Amino acid sequence: MSELSSLPRRPAETSDFANVGRAAWWQRGFFASQTAYVGLALVVVIVAMTLANPTFLSAGNVANVAKNFSFIAIATLGITLVIITGGIDLSVGAVMCLAAMVTSMTMQGLDQAGMALLPGLSMLLAVVAGLAAAAVVGLVNGVLIARVGLSPFVTTLGMLSIVRGLSYVVSNGRGSYPAGSDADLFYGLTSGDLFGIPAPFIYLVLLAGLMGFVLHHTAWGRYVFAVGGNEKAAELTGVPVARMKIAVYTLSALAAGFNGIVMSGWLGSAPANLADGYELNIIAAAVIGGANLAGGVGGPVGAVIGCVLIEVIRNGLVLANVNAYWQKALVGCIIILAVLVDKFRTRRAG
Amino acid sequence: MALLELQGIGKEFGAIRALSNVSLSIDPGEVVGLMGDNGAGKSTLVKIIAGNFPPSHGGIRFDGREAHFTKPVDARAVGIEVVYQDLALADNLSAAANVFLGREMRRRFGPFTVLDHTAMNRRAAQLFRELKSETRADDLVRQMSGGQRQAVAIARTRLADAKLVMMDEPTAAISVRQVAEVLDLIRRLRDHGIAVILISHRMPDVFSVCDRVIVLRRGRKVADKAIADSSPEEVTALITGAKEAA
Repeated sequence: MSELSSLPRRPAETSDFANVGRAAWWQRGFFASQTAYVGLALVVVIVAMTLANPTFLSAGNVANVAKNFSFIAIATLGITLVIITGGIDLSVGAVMCLAAMVTSMTMQGLDQAGMALLPGLSMLLAVVAGLAAAAVVGLVNGVLIARVGLSPFVTTLGMLSIVRGLSYVVSNGRGSYPAGSDADLFYGLTSGDLFGIPAPFIYLVLLAGLMGFVLHHTAWGRYVFAVGGNEKAAELTGVPVARMKIAVYTLSALAAGFNGIVMSGWLGSAPANLADGYELNIIAAAVIGGANLAGGVGGPVGAVIGCVLIEVIRNGLVLANVNAYWQKALVGCIIILAVLVDKFRTRRAG
Repeated sequence: MALLELQGIGKEFGAIRALSNVSLSIDPGEVVGLMGDNGAGKSTLVKIIAGNFPPSHGGIRFDGREAHFTKPVDARAVGIEVVYQDLALADNLSAAANVFLGREMRRRFGPFTVLDHTAMNRRAAQLFRELKSETRADDLVRQMSGGQRQAVAIARTRLADAKLVMMDEPTAAISVRQVAEVLDLIRRLRDHGIAVILISHRMPDVFSVCDRVIVLRRGRKVADKAIADSSPEEVTALITGAKEAA
């Protein structure tokens, strides 16, 4: 399920090499990655917080943390794919809002039109509509970047503004809420518990597992890394670079849209400022977890660890009665620290 | 019958004429050195044969058929492989992943098709052993020396069922011992009936491994003769223009 378990096994026969040394196991592969270092830092932070305040590890608080970080973690998985290919997606926060809004408005509309034929059907249609809206945004991003050749930063910055603007236009700035006969089902599946575990957390684990598998065990996943590692080489060897890029931007938007829909269930509404500014948290989480903005490096484990670290620090500061405004400053420090550690490590190794 | 035949190939980039009226033919299992100074048109010619762009004039026949390549994949599909000077490798992937990039070995796993890491690593390790290169299949290319990178790039052509391999300065950035290994590899390709076009500035390499040498100067072919009938001095004169044609 992770970078760790999916690394190709070493061939059984260890041929003798006269002059090519091999680094020790803890100096290569997963153990030498930024993800591993940040994971270790996360454990240290958790231990320190538990010592400082034992309620940190109480069942209620752990469930709370798990739910909270899931609200950005699914979008972080999506953007990690984009970052691995060497791109960036600034429109994720706006897409979260758009998908949530389309979903709740569709549910309201179907309810008012008396279309609640089967239990769950209007909810299903509404979620599909929300995801479709997100996918269209991602597709437009991907086509503009891969086929027209616009810069990912500028394209998705523009899309951020367009999508956020549309959300205000459509809702008149008022926002909407999921309603109708399926509303309870919707709330249950988004902010409730399944088998005693917060539902968003379950979605996250399933999607992260799927992503880890696809990245390391399918040709598609390998091409994602190849595009980020050397786009020209990928093109020359016949990797469908443009198609890959369109796919990752679409998936990033879909993940963000799904995350937005789940979040609206937790909030009980889809206001036009939902997830405002979240793109920065999401990118920060991906980068802290080891995704390299230069492309070629990243994975689901890192994305999740980055999200957990941000949420644990936020939560810890709340428990410690520290002014919540410190959180943003601290997250910024961690981003720079994580990248600094990686810099020193690669300098030593290289 | 010739494997590759070029007839009157010309190429213009805007007002710049990179190649004019180049005709040549290469037989299966023949090793041909392609020489010329910088800007003589070697790279343009190689890129036309490799399908990077079509020629402005002239035609290509490969393996008895008219060839119209519009992208590198077209050329690869008929059996033309290129080892690029900058090697075109993805640094963040392992040696085996690079060797198999674009043609991964897969195995069915229920309804899914997954990468067969074990088989690819084993096959890549075997190719590196054949190349006598100390390259580990699962090492990242980022950590590799110039010679190891060369081995990865060459292993990739061995993997395909290539009929023609073009090598762009394969010996430019590697150690003396590895130069000998690359030249050995070229001979092994020839023994398998694979034609090789060796683009090189290094006279000793061309004269030790090639059957024939073709010299380009300012986009024109000025010489095309058997190695046995030529000499490094003559080729140098042809490249610089001290001698007009041979």
